[in-house]
Amino acid sequence: MSKGIRGAEGRYGWLFVSPAILIIGVFLVLPIVLALYVSLSNWNGLGSPLGNSDFIGGGNYAKVLVDTGLAQRDFGTAIRNNLYYVIAVVPLQTALALFLAVQVNRRMLKGRGFFRTAFYFPSVTSSIAITTIFIFLFTSSGAVNQVIGWFGVNGPNWFNDPRGILAPLTGAVPGDGPLGLDWAAWLSGPSVAMCVLIILAVFTTSGTFMLLFLAALQNVSGEIEEAASVDGAGPFRQFFSVTLPMIKPTLFTVLTLGLIGTWQVFDQIYLTGGGDPGKTTLTPAYLAYETSFANLKWGQGAAISFILFAIIVALTLLQRWVLRDRDLGASGVRRQKRALERLKRDAAAGAQR
Amino acid sequence: MTTTEAAAAVATEQARAPRPRRRTRTAGARITLLVTYAILILLAFIYIYPFLISVASSFKTDADATQNPLNLLPETWSFAAYERLFTTVPLLQWTANSAFITVVVTLCRVFFDSLAGYALSRLKFRGQSVVFASLIGVMAVPGVVLLIPRFLILKQFGLYDSYAGMIVPLIIDAAGIFIMKQFFESIPVSVEEAARIDGAGIFRTYRSIVLPMAVPALITLFILSFQGSWNEFSHFIVSRQSPSLNTLTTGVASLTSGQLGSGNQYPLQLAAAVLMSIPVAIIFFIFQKRIMSTSEGGEKG
Repeated sequence: MSKGIRGAEGRYGWLFVSPAILIIGVFLVLPIVLALYVSLSNWNGLGSPLGNSDFIGGGNYAKVLVDTGLAQRDFGTAIRNNLYYVIAVVPLQTALALFLAVQVNRRMLKGRGFFRTAFYFPSVTSSIAITTIFIFLFTSSGAVNQVIGWFGVNGPNWFNDPRGILAPLTGAVPGDGPLGLDWAAWLSGPSVAMCVLIILAVFTTSGTFMLLFLAALQNVSGEIEEAASVDGAGPFRQFFSVTLPMIKPTLFTVLTLGLIGTWQVFDQIYLTGGGDPGKTTLTPAYLAYETSFANLKWGQGAAISFILFAIIVALTLLQRWVLRDRDLGASGVRRQKRALERLKRDAAAGAQR
Repeated sequence: MTTTEAAAAVATEQARAPRPRRRTRTAGARITLLVTYAILILLAFIYIYPFLISVASSFKTDADATQNPLNLLPETWSFAAYERLFTTVPLLQWTANSAFITVVVTLCRVFFDSLAGYALSRLKFRGQSVVFASLIGVMAVPGVVLLIPRFLILKQFGLYDSYAGMIVPLIIDAAGIFIMKQFFESIPVSVEEAARIDGAGIFRTYRSIVLPMAVPALITLFILSFQGSWNEFSHFIVSRQSPSLNTLTTGVASLTSGQLGSGNQYPLQLAAAVLMSIPVAIIFFIFQKRIMSTSEGGEKG
């Protein structure tokens, strides 16, 4: 190609990406820089932060992380709540999604389209609509309590119950833990109200992740599974020794997406009363919003946002590192390939027999 | 409609499925299959029933909805919730705002994301790799971290509490650019090269050759953008405060969090939740096949 066309390509290249660069620069990069400044300032919300505030260094971060007081205790509570949320939701949604995907991927199963639709539909509705529905389902005389009532169980008043589900076991643990909370509070588990939000998250995300797993499963050729079953592997053995290792990359993707998503829970908290009952559903994302918009401590709210950002980045990197450690090295890949070849050969031989 | 679609899908899939070479199915296998059916039907029931009783309860009286939440039929049919939504509650205004914002955001995203994706995959320009790397970096920033920063910048530019402030920050989606770039890299260059050699300019080639080939990816982008902007909530919490700028999400949220009178108003809240879900449900059922298969294709890529 001539130089003229290359030159035109360069001009058009920049022209085509310029709207994206402009919008991302102005509404993503610039805001982060401004908020970083606000988190280091004493801006009170009046006028523009530029010119109406003083630089105070890390004071806002210290108030949340180090200084004893309400701000630190609220932050500790929010971290505690969200930690339980993550610990419960990530394994549950991953396991359920994988289970659903394996089931609806069966050749023998009729009505697979129907089941896929049923499991995926909650994922497309808005968080507002689905949370509204859950509030209705989990009232004290609501649908859920009526159903468990058939089994003679007296259901709790879900959204108004601040009791930690592990508190009966850990309530007597003495001593003060980090971030201004005592160990009994750290170890009390998610509150009953938080458990509903955990169920809600599993309900709405399992469909999306089911689709991801389904895609991965469809890349696992039926031949290999058939070979394994010819070799005498039962369904469980076949799943854990053959299928699961082959969809490992997708499993990692789902775990990472789950981890990132669960630290960002905001809409549901907004709808269910901003941390009620007793701050047991407060999350860092909501606390940042409330600190800024309701209490007008803008620097502190921005600081919480950046701490949350750091937590998400750190945990994602940590998770990748942990999982990569267990991943196959080059020799492992070769070994797996050889094992596959062997299985395929055996399958061919089995078919001829 | 959906059952027939599902049935058709099942029929075609079964026709395609290779016949098992040997009949090794035993009684044990049959029992396993029956157990699978039982579990799946129970789960499907748990996934669907909340939506069914929500629709049903929106036609109940307040007392009926509270006392008989599980019933699929109201004791007496009441349209009071819907009447209130269309009279005292400004639901139509919320819907108009949501529709306007969704249309503008979706059109802009489809256009700008595909332009940028095309440039990043096909046009050679200096700084290309830097632009792409920054884009990946941007995708890693979690949405909720941006709430306070976005508010600050909108206030700074005087865009707070306006349609512009609600719309403009959403019209580019880094993930959408990424999807388009991946797609353009998967289709052969030869057709475009032929057009260029014939003397067609770059924009002309893009518009009349490239875009028509990219329709599948554009539809994916359309679905994602539509669903994303229709369901968007947190950005509208921090970019506006006037009641007249309420969208369906922020408006229904104000109903649910009880900002509109006290007492339980479950039929009203559920009716609003049902109505706001209809457009995304329609999009979902129209593009159901594509949604199920694009994510499969996307994951493979």
